[in-house]
Amino acid sequence: MKILICLSNVPDTTTKVKFVDNNTQLDKTGIQWIINPWDELALTRALELKEDADASVESITVITVGGKDSETTIRKALAIGADDALRVDADPGDAYVVASQIAEAIKDKGYDIILCGIESSDYNSSLVGGMLSELLNIPSISAVSGLHISNNEVTLDRDIDGGKEVVSAPTPFVAVVQKGIAAEPRIASMRGIMMAKKKPIDVIAPQSVEVLTEFAGYELPQSKAACKIIDPENVKELVDLLRNEAKVI
Amino acid sequence: MENLKSGEFLVKETDRNSVFIPEECDEEQLMIRQTCQDFLETEVYPNLDAVDKQDRELMKKMLKKSGDLGLMGISIPEEYGGFGQSFVTQMLAAETIGAGYSFSVAFMAHCGIGTLPIMYYGNEEQRQKYVTKLATGEILGAYCLTEPGAGSDANAGITNAKLSEDGKHYILNGQKMWITNAGFADVQTVFAKIGNDRVLSAFIVESNYPGIVVNPDEHKMGIKGSSTAQIFYNDVKVPVENLIGRQGGGFRIALSILHMGRIKLGANVLGAAKKTITDSVKYANERKQFGVLISTFGTIKYKLAEQVIRTFAAESANYRVSKDIDDLMARYNEEGCDHGIASIDAISHYAVEAAILKVYSSEVLDYVVDEAVQIHGGMGYSAEMDVERAYRDSRINRIFEGTNEINTLLVVDTAMKRAMKGDFDLFGEAEKLYASLDKISDGKTANEDYYEEKLRYTKNFKHLTLLLIYSAVKTFEKKLVYEQEIMNNLSVMIMETYVTESSVLRVQKIEDLKGKESASLYKNILDVLIFDSAAKIRKSSLDAIYSFASADEAAKLAKAIENLTTVAGVNVKEARRSIADKLIDDNVYKF
Repeated sequence: MKILICLSNVPDTTTKVKFVDNNTQLDKTGIQWIINPWDELALTRALELKEDADASVESITVITVGGKDSETTIRKALAIGADDALRVDADPGDAYVVASQIAEAIKDKGYDIILCGIESSDYNSSLVGGMLSELLNIPSISAVSGLHISNNEVTLDRDIDGGKEVVSAPTPFVAVVQKGIAAEPRIASMRGIMMAKKKPIDVIAPQSVEVLTEFAGYELPQSKAACKIIDPENVKELVDLLRNEAKVI
Repeated sequence: MENLKSGEFLVKETDRNSVFIPEECDEEQLMIRQTCQDFLETEVYPNLDAVDKQDRELMKKMLKKSGDLGLMGISIPEEYGGFGQSFVTQMLAAETIGAGYSFSVAFMAHCGIGTLPIMYYGNEEQRQKYVTKLATGEILGAYCLTEPGAGSDANAGITNAKLSEDGKHYILNGQKMWITNAGFADVQTVFAKIGNDRVLSAFIVESNYPGIVVNPDEHKMGIKGSSTAQIFYNDVKVPVENLIGRQGGGFRIALSILHMGRIKLGANVLGAAKKTITDSVKYANERKQFGVLISTFGTIKYKLAEQVIRTFAAESANYRVSKDIDDLMARYNEEGCDHGIASIDAISHYAVEAAILKVYSSEVLDYVVDEAVQIHGGMGYSAEMDVERAYRDSRINRIFEGTNEINTLLVVDTAMKRAMKGDFDLFGEAEKLYASLDKISDGKTANEDYYEEKLRYTKNFKHLTLLLIYSAVKTFEKKLVYEQEIMNNLSVMIMETYVTESSVLRVQKIEDLKGKESASLYKNILDVLIFDSAAKIRKSSLDAIYSFASADEAAKLAKAIENLTTVAGVNVKEARRSIADKLIDDNVYKF
């Protein structure tokens, strides 16, 4: 089995988001970039499967669409345990661009299982996995919270309302994975960090892909109003506030 | 360009291009830092309360896990199972782990004093037998030097090792105290005097040798999670092949390892300071009084800014000397020196800087934790908050690895000894300056730029320090060592000078790397730092001269002090506010 993990390079979750150029561009100054947490969990599960002899995982490759600066997160994935990496040297633009670039880069490489995080923690559009499977003309399974391989048989757990659904699928396929696929992301070990230097990152020239969307502008959410604590005895004040300030009654 | 020798900064200027600053860390170093950080967040922080209840097994488990990740092998060469990282990287890891409260103490004791005596001074057989396992955490180490009657005066220890009649063993008898990791260490480096020797020797002692008794853990003010206990040796048979180095070589080993420990402590406390600053600002950004966040108050901004300024300054000095050590290690290795000896000799060489970093950085942390509690108000006094733990844990840093009192004296004492040995011309330069005492000016030149001005100030600080050293030595000659108050004054001047100069060079290099705009906030840090350092140096120098100089000489020196500590006025209120505002905006220490 050859597994491919699609990595998104996202700002660290504690980043204070700011915009520039009339609120049309993210201010990237000082941002620390990390592997999208859902993609990192996908990688973790792939590593667990590789350690399981029954799963017969031959290799784990990671791919990202991005400039040279995204290699820091790729290197981290290699340090955690991925075997090799592909980087499509293009601006990730929107989900369609990303899916198209990945599809083009991997169509002849024979990956059996392609894993995408259910969303990226920056744009949260949840589009790449579905688009990728369409572009590759292979099945996709969404909301996957478990992935098991035994004797070349692949089964996947899907969270459904109030329970779990177990499906099996012929390879190749795209699985869009969510929380539950693996417990905790792994920490890169010193040995892993040292080995990551020697693992290959294949840089692939981008294809010409039509950009279907453009960012017209961003708005930050309204800052939350302060919480008012009202004495339980003071019902009148509560009613006044609900009526005159919150205007909900 | 050859690096400066230890203490030589007092008589020579440093090119910023020869200085390493943390902003230059490469991808691999940052990844190692991230691994240390991830380890703290996943394995250490969730267990802090439990380890503070002296759960030895839990601490041992955490240490083993850090070993599995390879963190214990960072400073160990590959041939002994480690990863052979540079000293800068070792310091980066020490800094990051430093935010781990008790775990940090246990980890650093294992990786430093618990492992490195064998790595640096052990023979090949000893290294293969022990270091390879210590580097992976398969076994854990401790360092046993202090005795009830031998603390700062380590050579006063009375633990004895008597050669057995068959010549196969040393019979060890004695008592050691304040031994970190005593509760679970598998291997100890024990210092004892052989027979009637007047000097120490060092031995590798396995904890399971019969006759060793480890007391229960001490009840301590802080770092409660780290195991600290007394160890008794009753006729313990130690194989003769476990002697480290030569008979009587223990004191040198002990001192060298302490130099290393001091420098690493400097990095260690930086991590604790940064974590505590983040805790402080997060609280200040949540806590409201009088209807507004307390982070909007000038008084709180002052505290936050001071926490940042002092931490930034200590950090600049720490990484400056780390690269000097790396360069010297490389030179020794090129000259064919044994790897272990090359490492420890390079570290020991920078003894002046090691003492500076130990004292300055531990005092920075104590300031940071104190103000952190204050920013938290009543909540800071609650054991629920991390700052309460940070406050208690910080205090030991001014005591262990050589008390700050001993180290403060060592700063000036070692610098003078190195100069007398011929490492650099301190007294010649000082004599020249003293000869023109009446003509000393502030050295201001027309059209000097920002950095030229700042470096002129640090040069003036150096000149003033040299003048006072010269004057004090002229007055007391060899008896100066008994005038500890004056030695302390001189040391404060040296420490402030080294740290401010390191900070100027760092900010200048940040501007080279990131541009003028990025450097502007750092210039505010520098402005306040130098303004305050000038005042501290002025005070120390005035204290000194009126304590020993004749009225006539004191008057001349006072004039020189006036000229050499005068710095341009700074709007410290606005400068501090700008620093605090960045911290408040980031809500995390990110300088």
